[in-house]
This record gives sequence, C-alpha cells and structure tokens, in this order.
Amino acid sequence: MGAIYKKEMRAYFTTPVGYIFVGALLLLTAVAFSLTTLWQQSWNTMQYFTLTLFVFIVLVPVLTMKSFSEERRTRTEQMLLTSPVSLWSMVMAKYFAAMTMMAGVILLTGLYYLPLYQYAEPETAILIGDMIALLLAGSAFVALGIFISSLTENQMVSCVITIIIILLFLVATFANSYINSPVIRTMLGWISVFARFGNFTNGIFDFAAVLYYLSITAVGIFLTVRVYEKRRWG
Amino acid sequence: MDKEQNARVDGAEYMIEVDGLVKRYGQKYAVDDISFRVKRGEVVGFLGPNGAGKSTTINVITGFLSSTAGTVRVDGHDVLEEPTAAKRLIGYLPEQPPLYVDMTVDEYLNFAYELKGCEYNRKKHLDEVCSVTKIADVRGRLIKNLSKGYRQRVGIAQALVGNPPLIILDEPTVGLDPKQIIEVRSLIRALGENHTVLLSTHILSEVQTVCDRIVIINKGKIIADEKKEDIVRVAEDGRAYTAKICGPSREVTAMLRSRSGVRRVERTAERDGDAHVYVIESDPGVDIRKTLFFALAQNNWPLVGLEPVGENLEDVFIKLVDRSDVKKQGRERRRPVIDNSDIERKGE
Repeated sequence: MGAIYKKEMRAYFTTPVGYIFVGALLLLTAVAFSLTTLWQQSWNTMQYFTLTLFVFIVLVPVLTMKSFSEERRTRTEQMLLTSPVSLWSMVMAKYFAAMTMMAGVILLTGLYYLPLYQYAEPETAILIGDMIALLLAGSAFVALGIFISSLTENQMVSCVITIIIILLFLVATFANSYINSPVIRTMLGWISVFARFGNFTNGIFDFAAVLYYLSITAVGIFLTVRVYEKRRWG
Repeated sequence: MDKEQNARVDGAEYMIEVDGLVKRYGQKYAVDDISFRVKRGEVVGFLGPNGAGKSTTINVITGFLSSTAGTVRVDGHDVLEEPTAAKRLIGYLPEQPPLYVDMTVDEYLNFAYELKGCEYNRKKHLDEVCSVTKIADVRGRLIKNLSKGYRQRVGIAQALVGNPPLIILDEPTVGLDPKQIIEVRSLIRALGENHTVLLSTHILSEVQTVCDRIVIINKGKIIADEKKEDIVRVAEDGRAYTAKICGPSREVTAMLRSRSGVRRVERTAERDGDAHVYVIESDPGVDIRKTLFFALAQNNWPLVGLEPVGENLEDVFIKLVDRSDVKKQGRERRRPVIDNSDIERKGE
C-alpha cells in the first residue's frame, strides 16, 4: 500500500495535476474569503465555507479524475492487480493520497484566519470545526470521485460525471424548499451535504454529520473495490 | 513439521497447473476447458493465432481475471484461494507493458520493488536486473522518451524485480524491429536458465528458438501440447522426405514403391547434378530411412541427399489450426454450407 501511495503522491507533483489543484483551490478560497469576510468587515465565516464547498465541485474531480481512469487507459492497472497487493489496499492508497492533498490545502487555508484575529475575536473552535467539516465533505467527494474514475477509462468523462454527482449532493438542499412531497423531501435531506454542513458553520460539532460524511466515503471506497472485483469476474 | 514445510518451500513438481479452465464472456467461450502443466524450470511456448485465448489464459494465471470454471495453481497455490501467495511467485509482462511513462526507469523499478514488497539489498538487486535486461544506460531517463525496444525491456525488468521463479511474458516481441526481437529472444533464453518461463506468442520462429515445449491453442481449446521435436509428428500422419538419388528414375521409383512402409513416391522436376529429386512419404509410425538406404545400395543407386519435409513449424501450426477449425465447423453445422474438403484442398 505504501508503494502505491508514494507513487500517487509523486504523480501529483510530477504532473500539473497537483499544482493545479493546490493553486486553484488556494486562489479561489482566498478570493471567497476576502469577499465574504475582509471586505465585509465581518468575521462570520459561514458564507466562506459554503462557497468553499462549491469550489470543491470543480476541484475534487481534478484530483480524482485520473485516479483509476488513467491506470485503466494505459493498462498499468494490470501491474497493480497482478502484484501481491489486495484490492482494498490499492483503493485505500489512492484515497489516502488524494486526501493528503486535500488535508494539506485545507490546513494551508488556516492561514486566512490570522488577519481576522487582528481586528476581531473569532471563535477558534468554530473555525477548527469548520475545517474539519470541509475535510469530511472533501473526503466524501474524493471517495465518490475515485469511484467514478474506476468506471471509465476516459478522464474527461470521469471528471464531468464527478462534477454532476457532487453538484447533485449539494443542490439537493436547495431543491428541498421547492418540493411539497414529504417523502421526497426526506430523501433529498438524506443526501444533502449542506444540511449536514450547517451545524458546523454554527459552531456545533455534529456527530451525525460526521457519520454521514464517513459513510459516503466508505460507500465510495467499497463500490470502487466492487467495480474491480466485478471486472475480474466479468 | 520442518520437513513438511521444506517440501512446501521446495514447491510442487509443477510450476503451473491448469485444470479444466473455462472462461466465458456472456455466451462466448474465450477459453473452453483447457488443461496443461508447466514443470519447474521449463520454457514453454504458448502458441496460437490472435484471439485464440492466450491472453485470457495468462490473465487467469496471473490473477488479473477469474475463471468461470476450473482451477489454476501456481507452485501449488490456488490463484483464487491464495492469490497473494501465487502472485508473489509470478513476474508478469502483459501484452502492453504496464509502464508509468511519467517516471524515470529508476523510479519505476523502485516502485515495482516496493509494490512487490521485496526485501533484498535494493540497490544491488536493481543493478542486477538492469544489467540482465541491458537498460543500465537509460535508468535516469523518463520512460516516455524511450524507444519501443527499451520500453519492452523495462517491462521485462519490471517482471524480474523480486526475482520471481515464474516469468510470464505475453507477446514480448510484438512491434519490435528485427534486431530488438533478437535481443529480447536471447534475453528470454537467458532467463530460461534459472526461471520457469511461459511465453505467449503467435510467432513460430520465436518458440522454435526459445522454448522446450509448445502448447498450441486455437479458439479456446488446446490442440497440441508436445515437446518441440515431437510436435511435427503430431501434425504429420506419416513422414515425408526429399531424397536425391542417382539412377534411372523410372526404375528407382518402381523399386521404392515396392518396398513396405513406403506410401507414396514421386519424382519432382528438380535435379541436382545427375541425381533426381524425389518426395517419399512413409506410412504412419514407420521409419523408412534405413530401408531406403539398403534398398538403394543393393541396386548401386547412390543416395546423395535425404531431408525430412515439413519440419517447418510454420506448416505444422497452420495445419493443426486448420484441422481444428475444420473439425469444429463440421461439428457445428449439420449441413455444411461449404464443402470442407474443398477448403482443405485450396488451403494446400
């Protein structure tokens, strides 16, 4: 597993992918942060975190679209699948590599908060809670992205489908207010990422939400392993 | 207990045991009930036309695909039940070398080393692998900048990392130029000295130069599994020779025809000095060479040349494949649309 993790990390930085991800994420979140807090002279970061989730829509697929698609296209997956490494380790290695990138950038965005302390007294607990929430939502999206990339050998297809699926997860909340049927509303509520995110931005550590994000992550990883098992038996 | 374990370490007699292997894709049988064995230390050619099921079989052995039915054991380890143990023993070069083109050769081999969880002196081991495959001079270069021949050798190097006892190569010389082909073949021959090698190919001269034994597969079935020398006999009912004989051709022909064991004698238009060239075919299982010699000697007709016909594997292969195709067609169609015998005649 270590070997694949190391290879993935190296690939992020020997190809433009890693730089694009880090650079674009930092740029977009910095702009979002400035507009919602510094320019508004407010230390309320709620809007900022919501916007960051939207930034994920575009940038998580950048991180994951290659993951398995590229291995499949270039047939390098044959090397991984015939090596004495289990499917789980293979998928987890890719997941951890993507999450390392994710966590690294989220940590870097922590620097944004420093100016806030200069002219206000933001609640550090809320900020940390928010960062954890971002990481968890990111983890769910990464797992989904890896799953999608295991379905196709075309990176673009993988990217677009991942964007659409993450978008659905995000938009479910907004659709909610236009729908009358309680059944559909409840179901949309289940998949809504924002609904879970809300508590964090209000400074409440929501264990149900943590569980929710971790479940999506687990499902994504599990499905990826299943894809490979099925292809083996296909 | 110790002894038992030792026996396990020494391993089974067979490096690969394939029993009743079936692989079905939907309704199509890619591999249809094949069985064969590869002994420790053997170099076996796995031969067949494109699409015969070679790669599928190899993919099942290496654990990339699973079988629909049947078992595959690598050194006694069932590839389904103990996949990790089996995979550890195999060095595999797929049809398309699995190269990460954004890596340098060195990075790539280090990755292979870690992926296989090897525990050698890493530098020494990789140096060795590079010198065997003759890629030491390109170790610092990006794989995407390498020529096809080098890439193929990097692929082979990757298979050798970890020094696995079984090397499986799937069409290793496809797309190489003649010089590279010769290099890769001599490399495979060298590997055969201390590895078990399964080499899949559709090129006959390759098997001829490299392998001890040949397994021929066509349309998912094994149609021959013989030592290299024996495979010719499988295809021929009787043996044919071209003989150069000095003497009156009509009498020579008549005399030869009268001998037992001789099925057919024909004089060709060819001549070699004052000798005529004849094609002589024997009955199945009869060696007529001695009979021929003494009969001619009695008559004072010197025999100046004797050569077996159809030793060429190329002919044997095509004959075997055609024969199995024809058999299959005959079985599948009750009322043949085309007369099979007609095809055979045209084929010859």
